[in-house]
Amino acid sequence: MKSVTKPQAPGWKSIPMGGVITEPGNSEKYETGDWRTMRPVWSAKKCINCLLCWVSCPDAAIVAKDGKIVSFDYKHCKGCGICARECPPKVKAITMVNETEFEEQEG
Amino acid sequence: MPTLKEISGRPEILAPGHRMCAGCGAPVVVRQIMKALREDEHVVVGNATGCLEVSTTIYPFTSWRCSWIHNAFENAAATLSGVEAAYRSLKRQGKVKAEFKFIAFGGDGGTYDIGLQSLSGAMERGHKMVYVCYDNGAYMNTGIQRSSATPLGADTTTSPVGKVIPGKTRPRKDLTEIMAAHNIPYVAQVAPSHWNDLVTKVRKALDADGPAFINALAPCPRGWRYDSADTIEMCRLAVETCFWPLYEVVDGKVKVTVKPREKKPVRAFLEAQGRFKHLFEPQNERIIDEIQAIVDAKWANLLARSEQA
Ligand code: SF4
Ligand code: SF4
Repeated sequence: MKSVTKPQAPGWKSIPMGGVITEPGNSEKYETGDWRTMRPVWSAKKCINCLLCWVSCPDAAIVAKDGKIVSFDYKHCKGCGICARECPPKVKAITMVNETEFEEQEG
Repeated sequence: MPTLKEISGRPEILAPGHRMCAGCGAPVVVRQIMKALREDEHVVVGNATGCLEVSTTIYPFTSWRCSWIHNAFENAAATLSGVEAAYRSLKRQGKVKAEFKFIAFGGDGGTYDIGLQSLSGAMERGHKMVYVCYDNGAYMNTGIQRSSATPLGADTTTSPVGKVIPGKTRPRKDLTEIMAAHNIPYVAQVAPSHWNDLVTKVRKALDADGPAFINALAPCPRGWRYDSADTIEMCRLAVETCFWPLYEVVDGKVKVTVKPREKKPVRAFLEAQGRFKHLFEPQNERIIDEIQAIVDAKWANLLARSEQA
């Protein structure tokens, strides 16, 4: 997996009064995807869009649009495996695959 | 009743990039709670010190896409009740027009123990706010020290299993009942394995005419010692064994909202977790019986009160 860049903290002169963070939800710029050792691989073909994986993800890393799963956000997914466990056993649209399997492809 | 399709279109208030552990139950609870908000509602969140507060606001980042305030460990409820009082005043003066809701989050350390008196005060004063305790059953963020929410027999770093002591020697405090005894409009217990039950209850809490308290089970893979993929499964087991009954108390009336089809023995919940491993040694089996007796008594009590209502 490619290493991700972490933005630098601002210098003290540019810190707002009281250390207030003025940009809501800016943690999105902080990528937690490099914590992952196992990657959830999702099959759009098998998926029945029950959204059970989506509602159980601690990291809001499963992207749903108009009631359908569209993608997995690998920049933030920590690879906990909850989604694969919660996908109905008859469907099994998510498989956890070791990140080393992707190393050659992605460098 | 909300559908998943419906709530998946609502704003995601807790942004990714927070540093809660992989598979943590708390952010799942928070995501589901925030999905009970309507599009036209603004929200102010107050956060007690704890895993959630620390890991979602590591400077210079925040995961909150709403107003958010942290003060100290013991006073999330006091702080947010002040914000709510200020809002009411500003609204009366016409200086604020938008609709705001107020939600406080505290872990079991910040709620059962350290913040209990400020929570009790805020509830008694009748502030229109929802206090959510995400209960993972110990001070996880500082290294798994026991709290008054830690179950009997659990191994923690301050109730360690040894030759003499078999884990925590005291049963857990029943905070949900303590809150119900405040005679506030709405009190409920929830678990993220039952998202529909959870979102429905949070909506009732937000619509209540006065303070509301929600106790949410939030399994911790590190402290409970189970595989991170099993967080939702832990909740299911807690509900199916009646270790964590799903119920609500509306204006003093108890209602059990989810009755397990078949009540499983509490062993099923205990044996799935490393923190209870020692209980399955012959000399400790009596503790399992003790836990079962506590669970059975509570469940029978709830059912009786639920039927009366
Ligand atoms: S593995 Fe965990 S973090 Fe990644 S998408 Fe699945 S549930 Fe979310
Ligand atoms: S749980 Fe499985 S079937 Fe349901 S939406 Fe997710 S991937 Fe699709």
